[in-house]
Amino acid sequence: MTYTIKGKTGEWEIVVGLEVHCQIISNSKVFSGASAKFGANPNANVSFVDAAFPGMLPVVNEKCIEQCVKTGMGLNAVINKYSRFDRKNYFYADLPQGYQISQLYYPIVGEGYIEVTTDDGTKKIGVERLHLEQDAAKSIHDMNPSKSYIDLNRSGVGLMEIVSKPDIRTPQEAGEYLRQLRAIVRALETCDGNMDEGSMRCDVNISVRPVGSTELRQRVEVKNVNSVRFVMQAIEIEAQRQVDLYEDGKTFSQETRLFDSVNMETRSMRSKENANDYRYFPDPDLLPVILTDEYIENIRQNLPELPEAKKKRYIEVLGLPAYDAGILVSDKETSLYFETASENQDAKKVANWIMGDLFAYLNKSGLTISESPVSAKNLGALVGLINDGTISGKIAKEVFEIMTETGKDPSVIVEEKGLKQVSDTGAIEALISDILNANQDKVAEIKAGKDKLKGWFVGQIMKASQGKVNPALANQLLDKKLSEQ
Amino acid sequence: MSFNEKTIKNIATLARLKFPADQEEKFTADINSILNWVEELKEVNVDGVEPLISVSLQEPVLRKDEVTTGDLQKELLMNAPDASHGFYAVPKMVE
Amino acid sequence: MTTNLTDLHISEAISLLEKKEISSVELTKAHLEEMEKARVLNAYITETPELALEQAQESDKKRINGEKIGRLEGIPIANKDLYCTKGVKTTAASKILSNFLPPYESTVTQKLKDAGTIMLGKVNTDQFAMGGSTMTSYFGVTKNPWADENGEYNLVPGGSSGGSAAAVSAGLCMGATGSDTGGSIRQPASFCGITGIKPTYGRCSRYGIVAFASSLDQAGPMARSVEDCALLLREMAGHDEKDSTVVNTPVPDYTLALTGDIKGKKIGIPKEYRSKDLNPEIAQAWDKGIELLKNAGAEIVEISLPHTKYALPVYYIIACAEASSNLARYDGVRYTTRVEGNSLDEMYENTRTDGFGPEVIRRILLGTFVLSAGFYDAYYTRAQRVRRLIYNDFISAFEKVDAILAPAAPTTALSYEAMQNMSPVDTYLGDVFTTPASLAGVPSLALPITIAQNGLPIGLQVIGKHFDENTVFQVSGVLESLAGFDKKPHHVKG
Repeated sequence: MTYTIKGKTGEWEIVVGLEVHCQIISNSKVFSGASAKFGANPNANVSFVDAAFPGMLPVVNEKCIEQCVKTGMGLNAVINKYSRFDRKNYFYADLPQGYQISQLYYPIVGEGYIEVTTDDGTKKIGVERLHLEQDAAKSIHDMNPSKSYIDLNRSGVGLMEIVSKPDIRTPQEAGEYLRQLRAIVRALETCDGNMDEGSMRCDVNISVRPVGSTELRQRVEVKNVNSVRFVMQAIEIEAQRQVDLYEDGKTFSQETRLFDSVNMETRSMRSKENANDYRYFPDPDLLPVILTDEYIENIRQNLPELPEAKKKRYIEVLGLPAYDAGILVSDKETSLYFETASENQDAKKVANWIMGDLFAYLNKSGLTISESPVSAKNLGALVGLINDGTISGKIAKEVFEIMTETGKDPSVIVEEKGLKQVSDTGAIEALISDILNANQDKVAEIKAGKDKLKGWFVGQIMKASQGKVNPALANQLLDKKLSEQ
Repeated sequence: MSFNEKTIKNIATLARLKFPADQEEKFTADINSILNWVEELKEVNVDGVEPLISVSLQEPVLRKDEVTTGDLQKELLMNAPDASHGFYAVPKMVE
Repeated sequence: MTTNLTDLHISEAISLLEKKEISSVELTKAHLEEMEKARVLNAYITETPELALEQAQESDKKRINGEKIGRLEGIPIANKDLYCTKGVKTTAASKILSNFLPPYESTVTQKLKDAGTIMLGKVNTDQFAMGGSTMTSYFGVTKNPWADENGEYNLVPGGSSGGSAAAVSAGLCMGATGSDTGGSIRQPASFCGITGIKPTYGRCSRYGIVAFASSLDQAGPMARSVEDCALLLREMAGHDEKDSTVVNTPVPDYTLALTGDIKGKKIGIPKEYRSKDLNPEIAQAWDKGIELLKNAGAEIVEISLPHTKYALPVYYIIACAEASSNLARYDGVRYTTRVEGNSLDEMYENTRTDGFGPEVIRRILLGTFVLSAGFYDAYYTRAQRVRRLIYNDFISAFEKVDAILAPAAPTTALSYEAMQNMSPVDTYLGDVFTTPASLAGVPSLALPITIAQNGLPIGLQVIGKHFDENTVFQVSGVLESLAGFDKKPHHVKG
C-alpha cells in the first residue's frame, strides 16, 4: 500500500475501476455498411440504419466480432461462444434509435486481466468483461446560440467497452493499466488507442474507504477523461474530495461528474442528473453471435505476439532490463523498430541507442518513431559498426547525427567521411614513433616512473588520428613502443 | 398491481410523453385494467423454461466488413424539420 | 369481352395479359376508376394514379416488345402504408410520420416491383399497425365494403391491414401487401371475406417496413383467392442481407402446392379453441370446414394446444415492450413532424405526445412499464417463458398433424359503434385465435368459408409447420374450392 490519503480522522485508500471505450478499427460500422472513417463532412458517413430511419435493421459486421475476440485474447480473457445484443433505451440527441445496441446479459468476452508493473511491483488488474456496442453521434453546441447541431458520422461505429474490476488502488496503477491496454489494442490493431482523438475514452469509477476496511462505499463516475495523465489526476482530486466530504460528516450520492483539467476539479454533470432506467432487453432484430472452437482457435493461432509476452522475451532471451523492455513494448511501432534494428545485432546496445540518442532526437524534433529519418535497419547497422571495431562509440555519435540529417546508411557515411577506425598496426606504430620522438622528455619521465603520462600520449595519438584509432589498440601499441625505447 | 399517478408520470417521462391530468387518469385506468388482465400469466408454471427471444430459424450470419453506402446527406436531411450546414438541428442542449 | 376487370383474380389476369386480351393500362385504369368511385370507403391513404399509369404503360411496352417480364407483370396492387416506398409518402397511418417521404424502398415492395406489379397507392392501416379496426388511423377509419343488416356501411374492415382487406374485397386492387403481428392479416381477411396469409416468421424481409414488434412482425399478401396469395408470396418471400432474421433457404413455387389433393393429410383441431364462449355461428363454420376436409380424404385429429389461453396476454406484453423501444426513434429530429419546445426533452415530449394517437400511446406506456426496473422479470421475462410454452405446444402438435384448422376471428365484422364502446382489453380479445400462431412464428392462412346470418363472411385459418407454407396452401386450396365461397361485398354488387 503506497497510496493513501491522510485525513483528519485517519488514512484512506482508493478503490478505482475503469471503463474504457475503444473504437474498433474496421472499414464499416458495426451494424451498417457506412464508412467508419473519422473526419468526413457532417453526416457523410451515415446510412439510413445509422440515422434510425423507419424500417431499418442492423446487421452485424464480422470484423467487429473478430476485433473483440482478438482483444479479449489480449486481455487473457474468456471468449464467450454465445453472446447476444441488448437494447439500452434512453432518449438523447446523439442517439437516433432512442436506444443503444449493446451487450448487457451475454457479452462476447468475459473475465480476464491486465498485468501492470508499478513502483510497487507487478500486479494483475482484473477485467470484468468486454462487450460490443455502437458509438453515439456527436453534438455541436457552439455553432448557433439557440440550437445544438447533430452529426451522425460517429453514430454506429463499433465500440469495445472494457470494464475493469475495482482492483486499482493507486493512480499509478490506473495509468499503467491504461498504457498497457493501449499497447495491447495497438499491438492487435483492434483500436488505434488515440485518447486525444477520442478513439479511446475512459470513465473512472472512484470510491474511497478507510485503510483496512473492505467495504465498497458510494462511488462516483468521472466521465470522458481523455488522457492517462488526466485519469491519474482525476483520481487524486476526486478521491480527495470524497475524503474531505466524509471527514466533514457529509454524504454524497452516486453521480456522474466531469473532470475539469483547467481548474483541477471534478464537477457534477447536470445533464446526467436523472438516474435513468435503461430498460435493457434482448434486441429482437439481431440473432445471437455463435462462435465455433475452430473460429476462436484460428484467431488465436494468428494472433501477433502480445506486449506482455514480448516484454518477457526481451527480458529473458535478450537480457534487457525490465524497464527498457517495458518501454520498448509500449507501442507497436517502437517494438517493431527495435526488433528490426536488433536483428543480428547486440540487442542491449540497440535498446540503449533507441532509448537514448534516438528518443532524444525524436523528442526534440517532434517526430514519431515511424517518421524517424534514421531507419531501424540503419540504426542496427550503426551498432554493428561499433561492435566490429569499424568505428568508435564517439565517432558513432557523429555518424548518428549525420544519419538524422541525411537518412543515409552509416557505412556509407563512414566511408564518405573517412571515419573508419585505423587498425593497421604498422601505420599506428609509425604514428606513435613520431609522437614519442617529438616528446623524448616525456618518454624519459615515464621511464622514471610517471605512468600517468601514458594517458597524455593516448590523447595525442587520438588527436593525430582524428579519433580513428581504436583506443585499446593505441594503449597496447604505446606500451610496445615504449618498451622498445 | 400498483400502477398509480406516480408510476404514470415516471413511465411517461421515460417514454418522453406528457399529458394533462385528465388524460393521465384515463391512461392510468387503462394500463391498470390491462395489467389486471395479464395477471393470469402468474398461474403458469415456468420453472426451468428458457425465455423465448426469437422464433427465427435462420443461422446467425455476419456481414462482410465492406463500405456499401454513404454520401446520403441530401436524402438524410430532406425530411428533417430543422437542419442547417449539413447537420440536424435541435433545441440547445446542456453539456 | 365483358368481364369486369376489377373482379378478376390475379391468376386470371395474368393469363388474359399473356394472351394480350387485356393490357395493363386497361387493368390499371379500371382499378383507378373503381378507387375513385369507392373513396367513401377510405381504403387508401395515398393514391398514386400517375405513377401507376406510367408503370402500366411501361409494362405494356415491355410485353409488346418481347422484353423480359416479371411473373406478375402488369398486375395492379396496393401496399399497406407501413411499407416504405421510395418517394411515395409513407405514414404508418400516423400524424408523426404524416409528411415522411422515404428515400428508400422496402425489400418486399421492391421484390414486387421487380416482379412487374403496378402500385396503385398506399392503403390504410391502424396507426403503426396497432389495432384491429383501422380506427386508430390518423387518416380516418376505413369502411368495410360489406354492409350491415340495414344496408349501412358501418362496419370495420378489421385491422391492422384493414385498408388492404377492404381494397382487395371491393376490387380497388387485385392484391395487397399486409403485415401481421398478432393477426393483422388474418383477422381483416376474415372480416372482409378475402384470403390472406401470414407466412412463417423469417420468410419475408422486414427491411423497410415500419416496425411494430420486431420478433412478431411478418409481411404477407392479401388477395381474393388462395392461388393469388401463392402467386404474391412467391415474389415477396426470400433472403435479404439487410434483415438478419430472414432465412436463407430457397422460396418454393407455392402454386405447385395447389394439387387439389389432401388425401391422408392429418388435420388437427385444437380443442382449446372451442370454448364455451365460442360464437355458435363461428363454431358451425368451423365444423363445416372440418366436414369439407374430411370429405376430401383428410384425417381429422383432435389436438391440444394447452397454453392457448395465455397467448393474448403474452402477446400484448411482448409486442408492447418491443414497440415502446421501436417507436423511440420518432423524436422530431430527422423525419417526423416536430412540435417545438424550450429544451430538447420538451421538444421530444411535445412532438411525441402530439404525433402519436391514444392507442399507440397506451401501448408505449404499457411496453415501457413492463421493461422498467423492478417489473421486467415479472412481466417481460415471464411472458417470454410462456411464449416458449406456446411455441412448444405447436411443435408437439405438429408431430401428430400436418396442419391445423381453426377459426380466424371470434366474430364477424363489428360496427364502429360497438368497437368504440369497448375497453382496450375487449378490443384485444379480437386477436384471440390469431396470436398463438404469431407467437410460435408458424404460417397461417385465413380464407372465407361461409356467410353468417347477418350476411357477413366468416373466415377460418389453416396453420402449418414452420416454413411449410406448401401444406398450408395445399389444404387451403382444397378448402376454398369445396367451400365455394363466391359472395361479393355489397359495395361491389352496387
